[in-house]
Amino acid sequence: MSNIPSELRYASTHEWVRPEGDGTFTVGITEHAQELLGDMVFVELPEVGDAVAAGDDVAVAESVKAASDVYAPITGTIVAINEDLENTPEMVNSDAFGDGWLFRIEAEDPAEVESLLDAEGYENSIDED
Amino acid sequence: MTNKTVLHPKHIEAGAKMVDFHGWEMPINYGSQIEEHHAVRNDAGMFDVSHMTIVDVKGSEAKGYLRKLLANDVAKLTEKGKALYSGMLNEDGGVVDDLIVYHFDETNYRLVVNSATREKDMDWLNSVASGFDVTITEIPDYAMIAVQGPNAKNKAATLFSDAQKEAVAGMKPFFGVQAEDLFIATTGYTGEAGYEIMVPNDMAGDFWQRLIEAGVAPCGLGARDTLRLEAGMNLYGQDMDETISPLAANMAWTVTWEPADRDFMGRKALEAQKAEGTQKLVGLVMTDKGVLRTGQKVKVSEGEGVITSGTFSPTLGHSIAMARIPATKDATAEVEMRKKWVTVSIVKPSFVRNGKSVL
Repeated sequence: MSNIPSELRYASTHEWVRPEGDGTFTVGITEHAQELLGDMVFVELPEVGDAVAAGDDVAVAESVKAASDVYAPITGTIVAINEDLENTPEMVNSDAFGDGWLFRIEAEDPAEVESLLDAEGYENSIDED
Repeated sequence: MTNKTVLHPKHIEAGAKMVDFHGWEMPINYGSQIEEHHAVRNDAGMFDVSHMTIVDVKGSEAKGYLRKLLANDVAKLTEKGKALYSGMLNEDGGVVDDLIVYHFDETNYRLVVNSATREKDMDWLNSVASGFDVTITEIPDYAMIAVQGPNAKNKAATLFSDAQKEAVAGMKPFFGVQAEDLFIATTGYTGEAGYEIMVPNDMAGDFWQRLIEAGVAPCGLGARDTLRLEAGMNLYGQDMDETISPLAANMAWTVTWEPADRDFMGRKALEAQKAEGTQKLVGLVMTDKGVLRTGQKVKVSEGEGVITSGTFSPTLGHSIAMARIPATKDATAEVEMRKKWVTVSIVKPSFVRNGKSVL
């Protein structure tokens, strides 16, 4: 069973969301998602300043096996991207919930995060796959 | 019903991620397929290829039978143990399978054919055999381990007896020799030096373990695929199949036309295809971000084609592919990737040999 930290929120499309306490939210893909995809070779990120809506495909995680869209879990503006992934996309594999983060969103409505899955909900959604 | 090789417990023990490969439960990787790929390019890695089918062909007409069966000509094989790569074609000139044939003498040969096509191959081998004095026997007594990489031979040799070391000393590429209980061949599917070793089933687990202790990294089917693709080697069922001519699969070099009176299976159809012209299997290189994928559409001036095998090349750090396209003078092609058309270079379908780029 994959690691699913209880302090994070999740989208059923395998993104995790971490509140930073200042109205911004860090987003990555879950341990489970990186396991499914295998060795990451490219990560295409949005640009800082992009306005994104929940459900938009805003990034692409491309592994040896497949290219997978990454969706914005909440609506807002991209305020940071993980530029280290340009040269070390494998950090998504080695540290999916940490150094392998993808981008940070300033939420239009921080309460939107409450509508995402909690760890238990996400675990149930994986089990149904 | 899933088949398992005798090495299956070793894969589970090593924490391999297992997948179904044409009815066989095989390791796709043991953690990171890219690290496994690099182990083969830079040091030594090994693959369980026990799922492949070993078939012995013996009898007074074994040579004549194989000259009928195969598009390549076993008459070229004169030295004991010498091997040959060939397609076996149906009467329409499509590829039933590709295989390696080892020659011991004119009445005694060994074939290694693909696992995915085992039943079809056995039926075909037997049907072409009618009228020939040959016996065709599947040999299930061996596991097969491919040890590949610049240090593969030295590391594997640490397991060999003195007699086995002597048997392989100075053995050139594409030879095989029975040395005591092992059949050791200088063949492979990675573009690196190394051995493919047939080991009696009851010794295989121990042999695998001793290779690990000798510093050989277990590698899964994922790395096997990126390695063979970098080396420009075809995968049956992807780069060619029964509906594809060897001339459209970069296998023209395996078709021996002379002597003109050798009536090998599929010859007539192949002559017509040659006269008419066929599509060609080419290499594609994309240095931009992104990965070329199997099945993507390809356009050149002369028409459309398809990527038969596409991947990220860990050695080169960018994407490569093989594509079957109309014969073209173009230096570039357009590939439809994720709803947009991208320009890529057309090259010969060979990318890496002995650890180095050949682009």
